Amino acid sequence: MSLIQRHTAGEVSPANGTTHEVETSVKSNIAVNGEYRLLTLDAPQCVLDCQPGQFFHILCPVTTTEQPYLRRPMSIYGYSADKGELQFLYKVTGEGTRALATLAKGDRLNVLGPLGVGFRIRDDWQNLLLLARGVGLATLAPLAQEAQRLNRKLVAICSARSADVLMSIDHFKSLGAEVITVTDAEGTSGLENLREIIEGRIAAQGVDAMYTCGSNRMLKLLQEIGATHNIPGEIALEQQMACGLGMCQCCVRSFNRKGVITQERVCREGPVFGIEEAMAW
Amino acid sequence: MVNLSTQIGSLTLANPIMPASGTFSEDLSEVLDLHQLGAHVTKTITAEKRGGNPTPRVCEVRGSMLNSIGIPSKGVQHFIDNTIPFYNAYDVPLVVSISANSADEFARICEQVSVPGVAAIEVNISCPNIEEDGKAFAMRPSTTTTVMEKLRSASDLPLWAKLSPNTGETIEVALAAEEAGADALVVANTLLSMAIDIDTRKPKLGNLMGGLSGPSLKPIALRMAYQCAKSVQIPVIGCGGISTVEDIVEYLIAGATAVQIGTATFINPNIMVTLLGQLETYLETRNIASVSDLVGSVRDENAADAVVFMETAP
Repeated sequence: MSLIQRHTAGEVSPANGTTHEVETSVKSNIAVNGEYRLLTLDAPQCVLDCQPGQFFHILCPVTTTEQPYLRRPMSIYGYSADKGELQFLYKVTGEGTRALATLAKGDRLNVLGPLGVGFRIRDDWQNLLLLARGVGLATLAPLAQEAQRLNRKLVAICSARSADVLMSIDHFKSLGAEVITVTDAEGTSGLENLREIIEGRIAAQGVDAMYTCGSNRMLKLLQEIGATHNIPGEIALEQQMACGLGMCQCCVRSFNRKGVITQERVCREGPVFGIEEAMAW
Repeated sequence: MVNLSTQIGSLTLANPIMPASGTFSEDLSEVLDLHQLGAHVTKTITAEKRGGNPTPRVCEVRGSMLNSIGIPSKGVQHFIDNTIPFYNAYDVPLVVSISANSADEFARICEQVSVPGVAAIEVNISCPNIEEDGKAFAMRPSTTTTVMEKLRSASDLPLWAKLSPNTGETIEVALAAEEAGADALVVANTLLSMAIDIDTRKPKLGNLMGGLSGPSLKPIALRMAYQCAKSVQIPVIGCGGISTVEDIVEYLIAGATAVQIGTATFINPNIMVTLLGQLETYLETRNIASVSDLVGSVRDENAADAVVFMETAP
């Protein structure tokens, strides 16, 4: 299959921001399980000053069968300035990700980033809790890395259809997180059980902040628990994007800011928002 | 040294490359050096605050995209207080794009944005409006005349009329805009289009239909730019589907004196500056001294006028 690397020729001009359009080189692009792949890129230092929750806008390659046009936003799974590495965990679902899956070691890939506002870990947030399911775990993985760097305690509640598609468990453990797994197959991923687990943590060690992404059910659950116990939280949201930089106004969502419904750009004001202001969809 | 500068009426641009309205904002300054552009063209604003259309607002089709953003706007005062000062930090002409639901409202906002720091006003007469039952002013010569006359009397700044590819009367509309006092034509806006998800059978855009932009629009917008340049005395600014230096050169040869780049910036945010460098190289390697040497140099001497203008049957 022929692969056309999409990029711009010529020198990139100096601008005044931390976002850059850069060429990277693929280190590896491997299947993690039947559905997900892990892409590791050799990336220049200028794009590796990332915050957990930020994303990159990826120019997927064009192949003989897949011709994605717009860039695809993808949350960062891992970043390391030391290793010069950037990682994305993705599910192969459409034209862009099918094209991305064809990338092999040494192929070039144009990425734009890091973009958006990431997760906050306030100084007084010592006990952190994250709740995620499926590819949402990818978005929250850098939070575990940052929690470890800041020497905070983190409980990661990881949900999946079944144990074999639970991802990143070892990754979270290696970053010092305490991992609790729940699955549909075992009947442990239901909302009531999740509520019980989280309420239990709040009663025992206390929870200073909660983080999630991607799921309406989890958002509502954490909104309820947060309101009951007065615990702040943040959610990373997704929306279809065109430019990724805030110019096109494509990726807006509605937010409830103290009773006033506002439209905010997921790429620019987000993708991380306060749990209390996010609205179910 | 080649001469990249170009003249749009009384306005001299350092080079012929500028963004297309709606695909550019202050946010791009984080990635691109805005000093290098020929002009800055802002997203269309309206007098009142507007929320914009339901999502999804964008979808992609083979090699191009559709959008139905719906002109969300923070209103004219926010624009005057925040946006104009931002761009005035750059020594680049600022072109403000405006729209409105009626000719009178249009004239009012035109007057409101005719302030120091604004070099020209791009009048977006090619977006839907209420007064004409959802059709744009630029669909017909008569409505173009009405709105352009009111706009002309509302401002002394250069007025650039942005035309629509959705009309069958391209030349008649272009002439009407010129006659009513437009200083330049921007050719063209997006082409009304549609896409349907065959699994859900739902339209892919929240607003049912939207404007096509990207490479597949280029031959249509290029044809229009050519026809307009042949018909009017005022400058034509080519806009539609440009993503390579060859596209720019093609528009210049067709008769455009400058170009706007839109959707390509979504794919490569640096593309305007990249293309500027490539245009300079193109001219140098071919010993073309100036951008103006290319403008309107199309070899169409054997074409009959009837073919060039393709006017609507009376």
